[in-house]
Amino acid sequence: MVSQAIQPKRNRIIQWLAADTMEGIRRQRALLGYLFIAPSIIGLLVFIIGPMIATFGLSFYKWNVFRPPEFVNFENFSRLFSDPRVFTAFRNTFLLVVMTVVMLEIIALALALSVHRLASRPLSYFFRTSYFLPVLLSGAAVAVTLGYMFHRDFGVINYYLGLLGIPKISWLTDSNVVLWSVSLTTVWRNLGFTFIIYLGGVSSLPTEILEAAQVDGAYGWRRLKSVVLPLLSPTILFATVTDIIKMLQFFDEPFIMTRGGPGDASRTVVMLMYENAFGNLAFGYGSAIALVLFAVILLVTGIQFALSRRWVFYS
Amino acid sequence: MTTTSTIRTAMRSTTWLNRLFRALPRRPGEWLRLLFLFVIAILTLMPLVWVVSTSLRQPIESFSVPPEWIPVDMDFSNYNEVFERIPFWSQMTNSFIITIAVVAGQIVTASLAGYAFARLRFPGRNFLFWLVLATMMIPGQATIIPVFILISRGLGINDTLWALIIPSLSTAFGIFLLRQYFLQIPGDFEEAAMIDGANQWQIFRQIYFPLASPGLAILAVLTFNAKWNDYFTPLVFMNTKDRFPITLGIVDLKGYMATGSISVVLAGIVLSTIPVIIIYIFGQRYLIEGLMMGGIKG
Repeated sequence: MVSQAIQPKRNRIIQWLAADTMEGIRRQRALLGYLFIAPSIIGLLVFIIGPMIATFGLSFYKWNVFRPPEFVNFENFSRLFSDPRVFTAFRNTFLLVVMTVVMLEIIALALALSVHRLASRPLSYFFRTSYFLPVLLSGAAVAVTLGYMFHRDFGVINYYLGLLGIPKISWLTDSNVVLWSVSLTTVWRNLGFTFIIYLGGVSSLPTEILEAAQVDGAYGWRRLKSVVLPLLSPTILFATVTDIIKMLQFFDEPFIMTRGGPGDASRTVVMLMYENAFGNLAFGYGSAIALVLFAVILLVTGIQFALSRRWVFYS
Repeated sequence: MTTTSTIRTAMRSTTWLNRLFRALPRRPGEWLRLLFLFVIAILTLMPLVWVVSTSLRQPIESFSVPPEWIPVDMDFSNYNEVFERIPFWSQMTNSFIITIAVVAGQIVTASLAGYAFARLRFPGRNFLFWLVLATMMIPGQATIIPVFILISRGLGINDTLWALIIPSLSTAFGIFLLRQYFLQIPGDFEEAAMIDGANQWQIFRQIYFPLASPGLAILAVLTFNAKWNDYFTPLVFMNTKDRFPITLGIVDLKGYMATGSISVVLAGIVLSTIPVIIIYIFGQRYLIEGLMMGGIKG
């Protein structure tokens, strides 16, 4: 009985999708399109877009799991802007970003320009591999390793500096030095990544323009400043933006090396968010911190692209 | 016979020397550049050499300076101790299960969606693709709190491997990457296949999917590296040591050895890095190409 009732309906659907007409193929492909994107779209909605909206919503609530959420309006944000620890964490993060990104971009660009001009292929392969190897390691492994090397009394770094006559430096326990240690650690791990991006940019420079510049008498520093760097500016923008976004989310290295110490001297924004949300179960306040960080990331990226109109040269 | 071979060897060595000599820099600027490259290479390689050589030192000497750069009497006991201190095998297995499940899942979801956005026409396609691109801007930390609530209270799967797999199965970056690959493949293949009687699924699975394999390899290698090395997400979701991935295990091991031998911790780091090194050896082309293109992960 039931199957007989369904039968004509099924036939109609099959006819509607029939492959022997152009219309049918078009409909098939459209249906297939929705089927194909469904797993991805559902995943992104449930685990990225939905949670992003939820973070926004949660930042107006006070919630610690044990009691039902309570709407507190802008209380989390007013607390955030008057919390000296938030200020410290943002200051530390900005300092880390500036120190790390400046070192990364200058060293990586210099390395890329130098490796590119090497005549010997095996030598160039050796250098590329050496710079890239640390990229393979996890932030956790790097933080543990460099943490040992930076040890004040037993660390390798102070031992060799001692041979040069430099007195012992408290890399991880002096609040004036600790940001440098964390930053150098991150530079070490990420240098290969930035280097590879610059090497890609340098290798695709148009040789005709470089040769024309040499014919016109532009050599050395002059050639670098007025020909090579302008041609590389899109790559520089891309690498800098990616590095800044990555470094604004600083977590593994300071968390493992110093736990944010001494005091709050190396506490970053993400660490503060983690401790508030998952240590104190202050989900609302943690969400507010996460939201401000996200806004900062968007703002910094926007400013960079706006400024880039002045100096980035697209040929 | 002997003389000819001697001469031949001598000739070969001179050509080799000649080539080396010709490759040597001539101007002082070039020497300076080479010096710079070597100094940075030494600085990047030094910690790696230190990790391996110290992991082979006698436990009692592990923290004494000067470091022994070339281990003379190698001691593998540190490696044995890694297995005694932490459930090393379970943690490595966990990392493998998580990483492989996520790589496989992303390959499936991203290739389907990438193909649809590149080659199929349906209403709302541009808006949905724009939505996918927009999610690439959202950092993981901005969504971790609601995801944690969903995983632990909604689905009740926190502290299981599922918590580290399910949220990572879809990837905006992967869709974007594979769409680029599918766009590069000519559309003529499709018409030819249709004339031969292939249906839409066969056209995707048997023609376009294999042709996109360089893109699939890039996605696989990048995801493997990022997921294997992830520390933040497991830190949020996992509590039981037997279910830790190895990144948490290493930091755990460091905690145990706070007063013991650091050689054991370094031995653990060496062991936990072997899989990514193997992936690098076989897939370095894809890894480097992927990092150059995307730069979002890692």
